[in-house]
Amino acid sequence: MHLSGLVQLWLLGSLMLTWPVSGLIRMHPESTGTSAETDHGHHNSSVEEVPIVTFKWPHVKTPYLITLWIFVAFLGKMVIEANHHVTSVIPESALLICFGFILGGMIWGADKKQTFTLTPEVFFLYLLPQVILDAGYTMPNKLFFTNLGAILIYAIIGTCWNAASVGLSLWGCHEGGAMGDIEIGLLQYLLFGSLIAAVDPVAVLAVFEQVHVNEVLFIMVFGESLLNDGVTVVLFNVFDAFVSLGGPKINAAEIVKGIVSFFVVAFGGSLLGMVFGLLISLLTRCTKNIKIIEPGFIFVLGYLSYLTAEMLSLSAILSIVFCGVCCQKYINANMDENSVNTVRYAMKVLANGSETIIFVFLGISAIDKEIWVWNTGFILLTLLFIIIYRIIGVFFLTWILNKFRLVPVSFIDQVIMSYGGLRGAVAYGLAVMLDESKIKEKNLMISTTLIVVYFTVIFQGITMKPLVRWLKVRRANTSELTLIEKVQNKVFDHMLVAIEDISGQIGHNYMRDKWKHFEDKWMTNVLMKPSARKVRDQVFKVFHRLNLKDAVSYVAEGERRGSLEFVRNETAIVDFKKKIGEDFTEVMPDIMADTSSDYDAMTDMRRDPVPSVSLEIHEQGMKGVRETEDVNTHHLLQQHLYKSRKQHRHRYSRSHFHVNEDEKEVQEIFQRTMRNRLESFKSAKMGVAPPKTISKHQKKDQQQQQKMANGKQLDKSKTYNSDFEFSEGDSATGFEASGTSSPWRVTYRAGAGIENPAFMPDMDLTDPLQVPPWLADTELDSSSSMVAPSQRAQVRLPWTPSNLRRLAPLRISTRSTDSFMMADREATQPRNEDDERFPPPPPPPPAPHRDEGHM
Amino acid sequence: MGSRASTLLREEEIEEIKKETGFSHSQITRLYSRFTSLDKGENGTLSREDFQRIPELAINPLGDRIINAFFPEGEDQVNFRGFMRTLAHFRPIEDNEKNKNAAATEPLNSRTNKLLFAFRLYDLDRDDKISRDELLQVLRMMVGVNISDEQLGSIADRTIQEADTNGDNSISFNEFIKVLEKVDVEQKMSIRFLH
Repeated sequence: MHLSGLVQLWLLGSLMLTWPVSGLIRMHPESTGTSAETDHGHHNSSVEEVPIVTFKWPHVKTPYLITLWIFVAFLGKMVIEANHHVTSVIPESALLICFGFILGGMIWGADKKQTFTLTPEVFFLYLLPQVILDAGYTMPNKLFFTNLGAILIYAIIGTCWNAASVGLSLWGCHEGGAMGDIEIGLLQYLLFGSLIAAVDPVAVLAVFEQVHVNEVLFIMVFGESLLNDGVTVVLFNVFDAFVSLGGPKINAAEIVKGIVSFFVVAFGGSLLGMVFGLLISLLTRCTKNIKIIEPGFIFVLGYLSYLTAEMLSLSAILSIVFCGVCCQKYINANMDENSVNTVRYAMKVLANGSETIIFVFLGISAIDKEIWVWNTGFILLTLLFIIIYRIIGVFFLTWILNKFRLVPVSFIDQVIMSYGGLRGAVAYGLAVMLDESKIKEKNLMISTTLIVVYFTVIFQGITMKPLVRWLKVRRANTSELTLIEKVQNKVFDHMLVAIEDISGQIGHNYMRDKWKHFEDKWMTNVLMKPSARKVRDQVFKVFHRLNLKDAVSYVAEGERRGSLEFVRNETAIVDFKKKIGEDFTEVMPDIMADTSSDYDAMTDMRRDPVPSVSLEIHEQGMKGVRETEDVNTHHLLQQHLYKSRKQHRHRYSRSHFHVNEDEKEVQEIFQRTMRNRLESFKSAKMGVAPPKTISKHQKKDQQQQQKMANGKQLDKSKTYNSDFEFSEGDSATGFEASGTSSPWRVTYRAGAGIENPAFMPDMDLTDPLQVPPWLADTELDSSSSMVAPSQRAQVRLPWTPSNLRRLAPLRISTRSTDSFMMADREATQPRNEDDERFPPPPPPPPAPHRDEGHM
Repeated sequence: MGSRASTLLREEEIEEIKKETGFSHSQITRLYSRFTSLDKGENGTLSREDFQRIPELAINPLGDRIINAFFPEGEDQVNFRGFMRTLAHFRPIEDNEKNKNAAATEPLNSRTNKLLFAFRLYDLDRDDKISRDELLQVLRMMVGVNISDEQLGSIADRTIQEADTNGDNSISFNEFIKVLEKVDVEQKMSIRFLH
């Protein structure tokens, strides 16, 4: 690899992808047997004259070959992908390896010796990082962290088990004489076991991406393969050190050191990755002015995290995985949308590209007489053991895990998990790294590793799909296709939260909540741009994208019908302005601006973006555009469905001064609930005036409050910081602590509480300053609009829980029209008689902007 | 704490509840303690007000519906048995329960019963149909005010259309089950109850 230094110079200006193969090239340009040779047809022109054209092959040789290799690999992939009927049966990775066989055969035919092989340096330094970074960056975080416990168990214990059991069993067979005459000691067997133990993320990804198993199964296999790479490299290094030390020198102290180093390397690597991830997030906060190279930071720093970990001999793979996992959320929020797309695509290009090269070179490496040493016993036993012990390991660990999991991993999923133990290039890279001076049978190990890789990738890869189909493994749900599912899923969420609250216990989401709290309070503030924080609700982005799609299909539909009339439809424009413009410009000026500019760019003739296009279409009788409408209703729901509280209950921190969608939401729900309760109460006991009830409860409550230990109150106020001063000062705020007053204090989650308003003194109305302006509005208006008495009372009672009071000014801007309109609407739409029988339906909250548009 | 609760609960009662709901002994005593702490009237039953005092429920859009689900029709008190029976719907389904399903009566936490519970949240008049109005009410509870009535109406129409196979413009329980066929109800309606 003495070449690398020289090569680096060349690489500076060239594609990032040209890095990978730099080390692959050994200097045999004349005999490469690839198309590079054709260039030899040219000949140097005479040196005596002033040269018009000179041929400088040695000058460009290295990068030229690198690029050519990449080109050939990509061409191969293109050809393979063009044949869908083939790739649907045989996974692409297997085909690429076969393609590698052919290439390797050609080279060998021309050269009589293999001149291109995958070297560990190239693989670990140039090919692997981008694949892993991509995996980390696109990791479904929620899924990953929900299952992290299981993944870690599989990755750490499972891998250790595999390494130890394979190593020991092979050693046992060796002792039993099954292998014939080979020179491998116990330690070498363990070393071999550790390198062959790990499931390979590249191979797993390549196969599982095509099978679409359910997401939990996928994340288990994939997460395991990612993390156990780190584990395996660590194990390998430890055993490698042991082998170097030699048997007799290993004592208890060395073993303890080995175990300690295992943890230091693994956790140190992860930590380093997280640090780099946070660094990237911080950096992207300030790259506003250099949007063009913004995406570059991700790659450069990600790679640096890998190299730094490598330098410190920590686990580089874990480092770059966690770097990607940590930064994804923040950089996606911080960076410009275009940059995010750039990162996403560039990442895919790099990862996919090097994946292709890895598989091709895995194939090429096989066509080499020198490495092939056949030992039937060793090879077949290895194959047998890795399969058997994988199955045993998976089933045993799952059996333990299932005792703790809410949803046990099913038997069939376990089968697929065991069968999905594909080995890949990492094992090969490690095998090549073995030191021949210490391990006599290095070549045997390499050829065994290659056979294992080929067997798992090709044979298991091919049979995976039929197996999945045959066993009827639960497939990934193809998103939510129906509205009712979407609604129902939300209902389930709310329901579970409510039941958890009622049964008074920490839900299984407790830790996530805690983390979220912490994250919201500290990390987000530091790592995210203020503007990004405001529109953090990803829904807006989805909304934006769906709108674009809607508009395009709207226009397309119109053009198909041969008329552009509708584009200039005035009502659509007005509607848009009312509906979307007013609603969202205040919240998210960026995106709005973005939207309009996007649309302008798209077509001149369109005069406005018309986001709710399909509804308009509906209104105009163009009922044929059903898909559009579906999309539209979906995103309407998506946007407006209340989040279940678990996801946003901790936002009451001092540090949030911004208009917060969630606070608004909580208020909204809260007010509705109160209104309903009051109404049902009234309808149950006719004629009882609300104030009386309230004071009654208030008294009762006061007593309870006094019975309660004061400590609880202190706890509370601590959680709320200064926001809660009010309730501290006034013990009659009626904080009802059914959760806290019981021994099961755990039920109370910090920040979650809204005090039970039904028992609040109605002091809002007594203090003129605290009458919310929107209330005043209603009162003014109530004389003109005939509001039924009960409804008026209902409007009158928007208790503000003390800890929400500080939000009152907020409400001025966001709510005033709503309440105003509500009074109006109630009058114009008399309610059903039926409603009285039901627990009160929520009064239909109005959407003032819409209405203005239509009336 | 735990001991105080268990003294109030007779052993045979625990046994019966265990049989009926499938909760373990320790879960029952734990939940009983929770029950008594909710029971401010200290009369062995919970009223709606007792539930409404739970602060978190006030900001749960479906809070009141779920409270309602605890009360048998026409009653406004629920005793510990009833309380547990409702909670039992949310127990995860265990492997060994799947098998004996066929023989004995269906346990409260079976898929069908879970779905029935969810169905009842909509079906207020208990006619075993979710009408457009009923659906609209729930939708209204769950969406923000930014969405207009006509939009919501069209969402409701479409939702019913998706599920409605017999064309009566409402969703029957069978249609409900059918349309949620692919949803992992066992997982989405299960809570890991503490021991």
